Formats: sequence, C-alpha cells, structure tokens
Amino acid sequence: MSQIRAVLFRSSVNRLRFALQEGLQVIVRGRLSVYEPRGEYQIVLDMMEPKGIGALQLAFEQLKERLAAEGLFDQDRKKSIPAFPRMVGVVTSLTGAAIRDILAVLRRRWPTLHIVIAPVQVQGERAGRQIAEALTALNELGSVDVIIVGRGGGSLEDLWSFNEESVVRAIAASHVPVVSAVGHEIDVTLADFAADLRAPTPSAAAEAVVAVFAEVLERLKELTIRMEQVMVRHCFSERQRLDAGIRGLKDVRFRLQEAAQRTDDMVNRLRKMAQHLLMVGREQVHEAQRDLYGLNPILVINRGLATIPQLSKRLEGQMHVVIAQQRHRIRATLAQLNTLSPLAVLGRGYSILQTVPTGQVLRRAKDVAVGQELEAQLASGRLSCMVTRVCDDSPV
Amino acid sequence: MAPVKFETAMARLEAIVGELEKSDLPLDESLKIFEEGIRLSKNCLKILEEAEHKVEVLVQDKNGKKRIHAYSSGEEADEPST
Repeated sequence: MSQIRAVLFRSSVNRLRFALQEGLQVIVRGRLSVYEPRGEYQIVLDMMEPKGIGALQLAFEQLKERLAAEGLFDQDRKKSIPAFPRMVGVVTSLTGAAIRDILAVLRRRWPTLHIVIAPVQVQGERAGRQIAEALTALNELGSVDVIIVGRGGGSLEDLWSFNEESVVRAIAASHVPVVSAVGHEIDVTLADFAADLRAPTPSAAAEAVVAVFAEVLERLKELTIRMEQVMVRHCFSERQRLDAGIRGLKDVRFRLQEAAQRTDDMVNRLRKMAQHLLMVGREQVHEAQRDLYGLNPILVINRGLATIPQLSKRLEGQMHVVIAQQRHRIRATLAQLNTLSPLAVLGRGYSILQTVPTGQVLRRAKDVAVGQELEAQLASGRLSCMVTRVCDDSPV
Repeated sequence: MAPVKFETAMARLEAIVGELEKSDLPLDESLKIFEEGIRLSKNCLKILEEAEHKVEVLVQDKNGKKRIHAYSSGEEADEPST
C-alpha cells in the first residue's frame, strides 16, 4: 500500500468549516513538494472536503453533537413565549424579504406593537458575529419581551451563519425568549435547535410571537359582556328570590291580620257574653235579694206576733160563748135524759129481766125455758132468779 | 401592554368569567369578583388602547455604544458594514 504525507498549515486549518478527526475520508487538493530534510514527497494542501458529504454538512453534524452534549438544545432550557409581548426584537437583515414579511405580519396582527430591529448581515463572514452581538444588545435593552431571529430562504451556505457556534451560544444564552425563523420549512439550522421556538418561516415566527390584536380585543369585550350578562342574570334571579320572599312576608302579614281580627272578634264576643251574663246574674241577685227581703223571718215573726193578742182576745170571747151554749145544751139534754132513763122506770117499781149469761132482755115468757137462770135489775140492786114455770097465754 | 400584567390580567379575567358562569357563588362574592373583573377588563382595554405602534432600529457603533432611531422602509443603508 503506497502512501504520501499531506501537510495542512495552521492558516488553512482555520479556514476549514469542519473539524479534522481520525478516520475521516477527505478529498484534497494541493501542491506536490519535497520535504528536504527527509527527501520525501509531500502534498501541501490548500483545499479539503469531507468525502461523501459536504464540509458544511460535516461541520454541522460535528457542532450539533458537541453543543447537544453541552445541553444547549435541552428541552428544559426552553423558555415560554409570552402571549402578549409589548416589545418585539427582530434580528435580521434590513434588506431581505424576511424583515418585510415580519413587519407586515406583526403590524397586521397587532397594530400597536413596539418593534426594535437589530439589523445584521445574515450571510457572509461577519454575519455570525453580528447576529450574536445583536442578540446580546437586544437582551441588554431590558425591555424586549421576545426576539425573532432569522432570514429568508437560501442555499445551505447562505444559511450557514445560523449554524455558527457563536450564534447558537448567543441564542442559548438569551434571557429573552428567542424564536428562530431561518429559510424555509425544510431548512434546519443549529439556531433552530437552540431557540425556544422554531418557526418554519419569518412570517410564521411573527405569527407565533403576537396574537391577533382584534381577536384579543374581541375576547376582552366578549369576556366583559359575558361577565355582565352573568351578573345581570344573577341579580335578576336574586331579585326574584327576594320578591318571592317579600310575597311570603305579605302572606304572613295578611294571615296575622286575619288572625288578629278573628281574635278581636272573639274577644268582643266574649266581652259581650260576659257583660250579658253579668247583667243577668246581677238581675237574678237583685231578684233574690228582693225575694229574700220579702221572706225576712223577723218581719214574718213580727207580723205573726202582732196578730197574737188580737187572736187571743177573739179566742177568749168565742170561748165564753161556746161554753155558755154548751152548758145550756147539757142542761137540756140532761133533763131529757132524765125522762128517758130506765132508772126512772125502775124507780117506779119495774124491773128488767135478763138471761144469764147472755144478758138478753126478756119481753116474752116463752123466750125462756124452765131452769133458765135470770137476773133481775131493780131500781136498787139485782136479783138472781130461776125459772120454775112458764105461763105464756095470758096477755096482759 | 405590560407583558406580565396584561397576560395575568387576561388569565385572571378568564378565570373570573368561568367562575361567575359556574354560578354557584353567592351574590356578594359574585359581585366582589365581578368588580375585580370589570377593573381588570378596563385595565386591559386601557393597556391595549394606550400602546403605540413604533418600529425602531437598534445599532451599535464600533465602541459597542447603542443607538436607537425610528425605522423607515428603505433604510438599507443603516445595515452595519463593519
């Protein structure tokens, strides 16, 4: 296997866009020369390209790997883009289509936006440094809320500045959120990896950064109206509840009045009834008093007592008359009696015969039999007799 | 439009409207946050209306000194050439 030494001087190394590494296959161009101390041929290189892919591509991959290992592209480093930025910084060229697109979109969406443009070259030798410095300068202003950094479409070489380490580091170091917009959708640069948000185009970046003012204003008005409507509804329903409450109170008051009226009526009726009863009672008492007065025993007794002497007198007088009359009648009767008395007959010598023991007064002889015991009553004394004979036929 | 202020004010306003529309708040509390909401709404509107459209250009001279001037289209000459 034949080989030849190749030499790359330091000044040429610095111009290389990729880093040399062991095993890298390259295509080179140079001058053939002789290294005198050894007497060997060598090639002094003035151009070197990675074999298979371009130098830029390799450099891209190499830098990407290195910066990724440093954590510059980590998701947790990403800052959120403010929803309503007041001041937007733009890092791009004043000559490109990008600035026109960005300004047009920003102005259309949010007409009152404050925009600060940090003009830079977006390709060429000085572009990377200018972009990095512009990012720092906008950060230093202190009032920028979000930065758009980018340019319009171009070749891989044109976009190369956005793969430069200084640019990537400046984006990663920015305290202000950065939105990258480099070239077209298909173009991906290391700036995109470091940015907090990657927009496919400058216009898209502008859209991502500001809301539509009209929509925000509309939303604000809508929220205000909704809030007021809710309150009106709420107040209305509370008002209805209040009215219902008041109606309820009125009902209660009405019922109370009714009850009070009924109570008054009843009290009146009770009072009248009581008065009536009282009056009747009083009358009854008067009546009873009158009756009692009339029945006063002392009066009755006194009245009775008053009649006693008179009655006594009348009784006395009457008694005399009655006694005299009776006395007279007794005398007459006695005289009459005297004439009718059997004793008077007996006095004239007659006697009365009576059967013993029946005491039958005998008028006919044949009423007795022989042996009949008789008793004879005389004017003075009695005789016990025995019938010895009965003579019947000689009427006297 | 103060970024944080406007953003938080809008978020708070959204929250207030949501809370009011849930309608399970007593009236006095509703009124309280309603007043807050109206204040926020006015502030937001003020912020929106007061903001002034401005496009400026920031340039740094060789000593790193910053200079800001108004932008006018066709201002390509101001691009740094160093």
